[in-house]
Amino acid sequence: MSDASAPASAVHKQRRQLDRAVVRFAGDSGDGMQVTGEQFATEAAWAGADLVTLPNFPAEIRAPAGTLFGVSSYQLQFGSRRVYTPGDRLDCLVAMNPAALKVHLGDLKEGGLLIVNTAAFEQKNLDRAGYRSNPLTDAALEDRYRLHKIDITRMTMEALEEVALGAREKERCKNFFALGLVSWIYTRPIEPTLGWIGRRFAKNAAIAEANTRALKTGYHFGETAEIFTECYGIEPAAMPPGVYRSITGNRALAWGILAAAQRTRLPVVYGAYPITPASDILHELALHKRFGVRTFQAEDEIAAIGSIIGAAFGGAIGVCASSGPGIALKAEGMNLAVMAELPIVVFDIQRAGPSTGLPTKTEQADLLMVLHGRNSESPVVVLAPATPGDCFFIAYEAIRIAVKYMVPVVVLSDGYLASGAEPWLIPDPKTLRDIPVKFRTDAEGFFPYLRDEATLARPWVRPGTPGLEHRIGGLEKEHITGTVSYDAENHDLMVRLRAEKVRRVAQEIPPTTVNGPSAGDVLVVGWGSTYGTITAAVEELQQEGKAVASIQLRHLNPLPPDLGQILRQYDRILVPEVNSGQLVRILRAEYLVDAVGLNRVRGLPIPTQEVRETIEQLLRDKQ
Amino acid sequence: MSHPAGETAAPRKYTKKDFESDQDVRWCPGCGDYAILSAAQKMMPDLGLPRENIVFISGIGCSSRFPYYMNTYGFHTIHGRAPAIATGLRLARPDLKVFVVTGDGDGLSIGGNHLLHVLRRNVNVTILLFNNRIYGLTKGQYSPTSEVGKVTKSTPMGAADRPLSPCAFARGSGATFVARTVDRNVAHMEETLKRAAQHHGAAFVEILQNCNVYNDLAWNVLYDRESKSLSELRLEHGRPLLFGPVDDRRGLVLDGPTPRAVRAKDVPESALWVHDETNPWKASVLTKLAPPDFPIPIGVIESLQEPVYEEILLEQEHKAITDRGPGDIGALLVSGDTWRIG
Repeated sequence: MSDASAPASAVHKQRRQLDRAVVRFAGDSGDGMQVTGEQFATEAAWAGADLVTLPNFPAEIRAPAGTLFGVSSYQLQFGSRRVYTPGDRLDCLVAMNPAALKVHLGDLKEGGLLIVNTAAFEQKNLDRAGYRSNPLTDAALEDRYRLHKIDITRMTMEALEEVALGAREKERCKNFFALGLVSWIYTRPIEPTLGWIGRRFAKNAAIAEANTRALKTGYHFGETAEIFTECYGIEPAAMPPGVYRSITGNRALAWGILAAAQRTRLPVVYGAYPITPASDILHELALHKRFGVRTFQAEDEIAAIGSIIGAAFGGAIGVCASSGPGIALKAEGMNLAVMAELPIVVFDIQRAGPSTGLPTKTEQADLLMVLHGRNSESPVVVLAPATPGDCFFIAYEAIRIAVKYMVPVVVLSDGYLASGAEPWLIPDPKTLRDIPVKFRTDAEGFFPYLRDEATLARPWVRPGTPGLEHRIGGLEKEHITGTVSYDAENHDLMVRLRAEKVRRVAQEIPPTTVNGPSAGDVLVVGWGSTYGTITAAVEELQQEGKAVASIQLRHLNPLPPDLGQILRQYDRILVPEVNSGQLVRILRAEYLVDAVGLNRVRGLPIPTQEVRETIEQLLRDKQ
Repeated sequence: MSHPAGETAAPRKYTKKDFESDQDVRWCPGCGDYAILSAAQKMMPDLGLPRENIVFISGIGCSSRFPYYMNTYGFHTIHGRAPAIATGLRLARPDLKVFVVTGDGDGLSIGGNHLLHVLRRNVNVTILLFNNRIYGLTKGQYSPTSEVGKVTKSTPMGAADRPLSPCAFARGSGATFVARTVDRNVAHMEETLKRAAQHHGAAFVEILQNCNVYNDLAWNVLYDRESKSLSELRLEHGRPLLFGPVDDRRGLVLDGPTPRAVRAKDVPESALWVHDETNPWKASVLTKLAPPDFPIPIGVIESLQEPVYEEILLEQEHKAITDRGPGDIGALLVSGDTWRIG
């Protein structure tokens, strides 16, 4: 089948309508599964579906081929209703080799669609995956799943017979065959992928041609081959009207910084040391020098935060990002910014730990570290985005608060938000709140620690301003004058003032939105990336008539002023977290409520089903 | 004194007094830091810079109290990190003149990595490293420049680790300006600090400094009238390397790459090593000269012109804006694949 043009469809196949589907592409880390998944997500979004994605890849850049730990996967759930999570159980699994089958088969629903590339099921790969015999010859597999054994490699090679490329390069196009096939099965348009191939391989016509042919061949194979008797339609979701794009959390954080840079007209110094999963923010910002963003790849995590403190002292916006191990190293720098009362923003893209942990897997276990993991009393503002798109607004808000209150702000994102993507209603930047920047220039009555009455912010002075020459530092400051002070009462006062300043950020927090009844049996409290899971579980139960509600905390320090009042309206409080119980501890301590946790620390989001079952258990306990 | 924003007055004529802050200086009486402070304050008017455009950044340690005493902008930061903070400040504000004040512990131990990289990048900052070969503020532990066998509170049987030469470290890190001066010679300090401050790029000055409480007379070979003449090698660009008493001058010659001290009268003048600040090979040898076989070189060891890190970055920014216009977040948000719903 070397002709890539569309053959007239001779076979009439049935199309079945679905509400939603969960699809996972899995293969070797060199099989291009991330690109395949991303493109399928783009196709699904173009067709109007709502969706959430879950990329999952090994920490090794090129793990040995065929091994279990070298398996890379990309999952997404798309649907005609609001989709909040990448889904728990799979409707369709594409396994490009035996290792991928072994790692992921357990997640496939009984009766689910299983597509395997038979070419990869040779002895060597079976041995590497630890299969004693070829699982494809096991009749049980065919009984349990709708198994399609397809020699994807051979069909790709045949389709590319006339393309002037080496065998190895042709073989690498097989992921596009798989994408074409799944695109047909779920009636997703391949136009966006054709466009992407054209742009991505603009300088290599042969590769562009090969991938185009592979994609189309896969698509037509689904259409014409006798083995597929039906395909699936998913209606466009009812989403707010407007222009959408796909965005990952890391890109959204970067763009939030750019929006703030443009609004304030201040230079941004972004100091960073490479670390998974935060490095993409550095890469993204490095592309946008036109916004006055100066990216600095520092010699280490400490220098990265040091550089942005220097920038903030100079009257620029200082932003840095890291993940847990790097945030630990930044504690000293954050404390200097607390003491010097300089506006900096630190993104913590949390990953699974402790120590190096699981660098490419997600976790929410840095909350207590950023709140309390520094010497002495060290209050900082802490924010947490709920979705990839929300990262844009949170980054912007973090800069706004930092500058307004002269305070360090930490943003807790995580690996799941960082690389996960969602269709995002593009905001009008004009609707973003203003970031008023006031540099002190008047020497009359100037003192470095003379505070604004409303915010308690000290004045921000740009060096270069005549008459305001002054010295600051990490030693305790005398109230107002800012000179070094060892006075006992002054220290007590300054500790209180620094805490009160952070508390006053509460006046920036809008009323908390309650998703569900304003009083009832169970309130589920979420922060960060558990938003989707919680919302999906709670809405399912609400549809069944249960008095269950949820709230999402985007402000973790200070907490929303109305939170205590809300918590008291429900019999039980449930706090699902991808940690051993951190926010739940804070809520119990702050509000004396009997909140309980749902804690899973597997490097993955908590499945919706588990949240649902825990809520149901709480409801049963009540009866 | 009140100034409206944005006004740039013609450079004022300053005196030393203009650079003295209102803070009481709190170093131990007799500390070498007093002389360094005085030399720096005296030198500042010569730079011809508006005082408000000058920033002193320090880390932690006795030397790092320096900014409090300078009536400029100042930031007393964290142990070892001043070079990183100074780098960020230069990135944000290339219009400012930035000094870093550090010590042998702050700059070469806890902050060794940052010092290395600020020099390697050639950030336009002037770095003053006070080398007293001891930890003073923590009350007398040995430092990375203490000699082997040094008996201190933390090394009662003598230090086991080998000291490093700050100037050799700076050169090895790629510094484009390396100099050494000594706290008991105010005129030389003033001149050397001025040269360093006027250098375009990362300038490193090792200031041999006396801690009279925990390591008194560590540099006595340069203080003592008798030993000084044979221990101090004054570097002057274009002049032969000569030292020793007037009636018995010594000189340095190079035997291939190997330096040798000779009696000046024993060799023809043309055989003497002539100092050349722009010769990195010879500078490398100079940083290795130390007693007992050699005198200590004092003065500008090396001065080279190389591209400055933050200027390259800012040129890139300028080019991006010139080529494609300033960034527009509205346009960026709708760039690439988008689709309309409803």
